[in-house]
Amino acid sequence: MRKKNWIRLLVLLVIPGMLFTVSCRKKTPAPSAPEPAIVEEAPMIDTSAEDEARARAQALEEERLAEEAARGSFVSEKVYFEFDSSVIDAAAQSILRSKAEWLQNNREATIIIEGHCDERGTNDYNLALGDRRANSVKTYLADLGIAPSRMTTISYGEERLADPTDHSKNRRAQFVIE
Amino acid sequence: MFLALIIVVIEMNASFSAEYDYINISNPFLNKIPIAVPFFRPMAEGSAEKKMAREASDLLSETLEFTGFFKILNRGAFLEEPSEKGIVASRINFRNWRTVGAELLITGGILIHNDKVDMEFRLFDTFKEKLVIGKRYKGSPDDMRQMVRRFAREIIYRLTGNIGIFESKIAFVSSSSGTKELYICDFDGYNPKKITQKSNMTFAPAWSSDGRYLAFTSYARGRPDLFIKNLSGKRGAVINFQGVNLTPSWVPGKFELAASLSFSGDQEIYLLTGTGKIIKRLTNQWDIDVSPSFSPDGKKMAFVSRRSGSPQIHVMDMSSGNVKRITFQGYYNTSPSWSPVDDKIVYVGMINNEINIYMIEEKGGVAIQLTQQSGDNEFPTWSPDGSLITFSSTREGKSRIYVMTAFGTDQRRLLTMPGEQSSPRWSPAEIKD
Repeated sequence: MRKKNWIRLLVLLVIPGMLFTVSCRKKTPAPSAPEPAIVEEAPMIDTSAEDEARARAQALEEERLAEEAARGSFVSEKVYFEFDSSVIDAAAQSILRSKAEWLQNNREATIIIEGHCDERGTNDYNLALGDRRANSVKTYLADLGIAPSRMTTISYGEERLADPTDHSKNRRAQFVIE
Repeated sequence: MFLALIIVVIEMNASFSAEYDYINISNPFLNKIPIAVPFFRPMAEGSAEKKMAREASDLLSETLEFTGFFKILNRGAFLEEPSEKGIVASRINFRNWRTVGAELLITGGILIHNDKVDMEFRLFDTFKEKLVIGKRYKGSPDDMRQMVRRFAREIIYRLTGNIGIFESKIAFVSSSSGTKELYICDFDGYNPKKITQKSNMTFAPAWSSDGRYLAFTSYARGRPDLFIKNLSGKRGAVINFQGVNLTPSWVPGKFELAASLSFSGDQEIYLLTGTGKIIKRLTNQWDIDVSPSFSPDGKKMAFVSRRSGSPQIHVMDMSSGNVKRITFQGYYNTSPSWSPVDDKIVYVGMINNEINIYMIEEKGGVAIQLTQQSGDNEFPTWSPDGSLITFSSTREGKSRIYVMTAFGTDQRRLLTMPGEQSSPRWSPAEIKD
């Protein structure tokens, strides 16, 4: 470390010194200026500052990517339900726990919880069931410590199917970050 | 004993004084009345008269056939042509009509003069060989449909004592424009008109008793809000509580409606004024309560509740608040619609993933299945005289609106538009201006 600093000091003194002598020579045929006593080493390109900056940028970029990924999976990871049910089962619970974690780490974020149904049954009943599913999720997250004021719910009943061929993929709650 | 005899005598007198006993109230659709509607007579030589004479006679046939009460006889079998021979009783050989099986006969005459049309219609009883109804209408050629419907109304009124459905309309949802918007068409599917703009998604229209307002759920503002729209453009109301605002249903004869609102955190049914103010909460059980429908006297309300573990139809007594469950077959029964004339309730039942329309009486008992093996059948709603039911069906692939008699017979499509149609709701018999 000390050596590095020493080299740095050298560079700081030598290079401007060299520039000075060069410029002097151009202007007038100068009498030979007294040479600095310090030994001139071949100029080393010190990339340490750049290295540090790059490392920092890389770390930031990695962090940013990780955040984006976390944000992305917050939105893309859905919670699923049984037919005619709004019960949060074990699988749903673990997904919601990680969602709660994200919400704790992103205290400014407010979200919309959407409740959906598969297309069996009637539209009117399914609008009510979707509402129930969204509220079920909101209650669970509130119990995990997320402020209810950060979460709004909306039901889409059977109107926005995620997958027209697989009922189980439609009985869901999904998340939107506002 | 003596008293009993008098009562019997009076009863008998009553039935003798009823002039025409054509329509069998217990099942009018099994014994359809054979009726002949020959081409009407153009009362002048013009081609316009001839064309309108054909159109009007076809329209009257279709209109009468729509009711399900009549069997329209094939014109090819007729033995005489009133359009040539004459349309009054003296020119008709009733024997010829009895021979082809007609119990009733309609003749008509069309005259167009100075851009005005003059239509005369006569309904004859071929057995009694006399005129039952004779009417004359004047108007512009554009009113032809209306004039024909007026006469159809006269006929139905004479035969059933009810003004029938000819002035009623049907509200429904269609995705023709790309989003689910609200439309209104005539009772027979003619003339659909779009009445919401950029609604995004619309559901469950419900007519007020005077036909002046339609309540419905719409996502026009991004959320399921309840809109109460005045159809002549006057001020309406919006019910936009947090949560869902669903399934409106008006109290018969009053400017009040019931709807399912979930702002309390649970889907409960509330009673509201027509201006959107909550009067009181009607249901008080944790779990889904949705889809109210009132009895004709407004004293009872059918609705869907999951309070017993699965969605089932219940009936609430409005004065006592008592609730009883009436469906016990199947694990999924929703969307009740109470008949406007008696105690029959139609609803949607799902058994083995098949969605069909059933009918049950308010007192409970065995449910009668009205549709089967024809796709998904939902949204049953009664005609204002309780004789027909309109519903939506996916039997042809896309969801379309169908009509059937109250006994499940004569199922046919009402109209076809681009996209899919669903959620029909029949208006009151007359729509006040």
